[in-house]
Amino acid sequence: MAVKTLFSRPSHHIRESRTDFIFTIFNNGFLIIIFLVVLYPMLYVVSASFSDPIAVSSGQVWLWPVNFTTKAYVKIFEYSRIWTGYANSIFYATVGTLVNVTMTVLAAYPLSRKDLFGKNPLLFLFVFSMMFSGGLIPLYITVNQVGLYNTRWALIIPGALSVWNMIIAISFFRTSLPQELLEAAQLDGCSDIQYLIQIVLPLSKPIIAVMCLFYAVGHWNEFFNALIFLANKELFPLQLILRDILVANTVDLNLLEDAKTMAAKAGMRDLLKFALIVVASGPVLMIYPFVQKYFVKGLMIGAIKG
Amino acid sequence: METTRPSILSCKKVVKRNTWADIWRQMKRSWQLYLLLALPLAWLAVFQYYPMYGAQIAFRDFLPGDNMWQAPWVGLENFVRFFQSVMFSRLMINTLGLSLYSLVVGFPIPIIFALSLNQLRASLFKQSVQMVSYAPYFISTVVLVGMLLQILDLRHGPVNLLLTSMGKTPILFMGQAKLFQSIYVWSGVWQYTGFSAVIYLAALATVDPALHEAAMVDGASRLQRIWHIDLPGIMPTAITLLILNMGQIINVGFEKVYLMQNPLNTQISEVISTYVYKVGLIGGITNYSYAAAIGLFNSVIGLILLVAANQLLKKLTDSSLW
Repeated sequence: MAVKTLFSRPSHHIRESRTDFIFTIFNNGFLIIIFLVVLYPMLYVVSASFSDPIAVSSGQVWLWPVNFTTKAYVKIFEYSRIWTGYANSIFYATVGTLVNVTMTVLAAYPLSRKDLFGKNPLLFLFVFSMMFSGGLIPLYITVNQVGLYNTRWALIIPGALSVWNMIIAISFFRTSLPQELLEAAQLDGCSDIQYLIQIVLPLSKPIIAVMCLFYAVGHWNEFFNALIFLANKELFPLQLILRDILVANTVDLNLLEDAKTMAAKAGMRDLLKFALIVVASGPVLMIYPFVQKYFVKGLMIGAIKG
Repeated sequence: METTRPSILSCKKVVKRNTWADIWRQMKRSWQLYLLLALPLAWLAVFQYYPMYGAQIAFRDFLPGDNMWQAPWVGLENFVRFFQSVMFSRLMINTLGLSLYSLVVGFPIPIIFALSLNQLRASLFKQSVQMVSYAPYFISTVVLVGMLLQILDLRHGPVNLLLTSMGKTPILFMGQAKLFQSIYVWSGVWQYTGFSAVIYLAALATVDPALHEAAMVDGASRLQRIWHIDLPGIMPTAITLLILNMGQIINVGFEKVYLMQNPLNTQISEVISTYVYKVGLIGGITNYSYAAAIGLFNSVIGLILLVAANQLLKKLTDSSLW
């Protein structure tokens, strides 16, 4: 057997490397197609947002901007509703993320301690809430009863903790903090809260960074809770305002007053939508390449959950 | 060594005599940990378990403004009404159909993508493909649906521009009920493939390189190595994810379906979550109890499916969710 393989190896080698070569070409071709298919819609939206409205509505734009203009962005910058939404979303994302991360650490650290009496039943209480829920209507009634309906806190407190992220944090604390460290600290008279603040948190920077990213993106993109818990337009996050314009197609007529003809109005309406998509998604997509390193790492921590 | 032995023995004794007093002492020692847990537990009670308790309005005839606990008890009336209504079978077919379609398409594609990407050596090309492929994950549902409306637009959307340039008649994509599910599923593939592939790429990174070297010596082609080494290497991860996804098939997310709905496609696009919202919270005749009954039905089926999926997972892979 061994001799046979050894003998036939040269001819095999050449034939196989040819099939491998063909395979590599197909494989690379496949990946290039995927790359283009994923990239194209984003590129198209950006190009269209910088094009002349008439060119957009008459279908001349398909890859690069036609008759470059920043008209739509100028209009958007003048439109106060967008800025209210932007400011609200920034508030929900920063305060919400702060609350989320605090709550996640508060829940995850004690539950990660092996010596906590009753940790399994307590953990089960959390996990069960992920598997079963009372449903939308009882939650809605609860939010009303505790007086959060139509306040900013309605977007922060009901979703203050993601059990999934808590589980990831627990497995991080369990696997990357050595038991000896805790014992040494306890010998030195360190209390549990001191240990959490002075030792656990500084050692958990990567997991906290990842949680911040996921929670913040979640808040920025939040739509459902705002839809059901808010009525006051002054409190609306950006996504709710975007919904009115992008999906329900209700564009404020003041934004279109410059356009004279019907065609120009229709073109401007579409142009504004493209520009809004860019303005709303830009911040997240711009931050993401910088935190990509952490992001992949965080997913790995999630993947090896015990 | 000499000193550890007695301590293990004494430990055993302590475990044997584990009385309430010992437990109490231990709990007192870790009072700070319970203090830390207090806030999350209070949150859990108010925003998770209290609504579960409140789900009993599904068995009552509760009107907005009434006292929840004094509304007349009607037993299973709301459930029977739902099962007998025309909406029941339509919602079930739409919900399960949409999930299964998503699963059949959305499950294998990230695997294929990960296997393919794993063939590349670290390079600028690999990095660019990876970075671009995750990016759509960060786009919000509202923006995604807004983009769909623009790209599939009848007049200026590039898809219809392409169709007209090929001499075909443009299609009103969003206005056709029969296209709703395909648009929903394939735009989901666009948005989530790169992100879902990450977990498979992680699994592929743990495949022993010695296996590949040995196979190369035996003259295995790249395709053969993918089929016989890489694919088995990610199988456990893939099976686990598949079973977990099967446990979720009754839960179709609200946002994207709701945003993609229009009067022309509701026949197909109405799913349980959107229907609960419409019956319970919008329109003149909000019916809390009826909507809560549909929601509770959904939660119970979801729990049963998840437990069943986990049983299956335990049987097949020895791993378990809890």
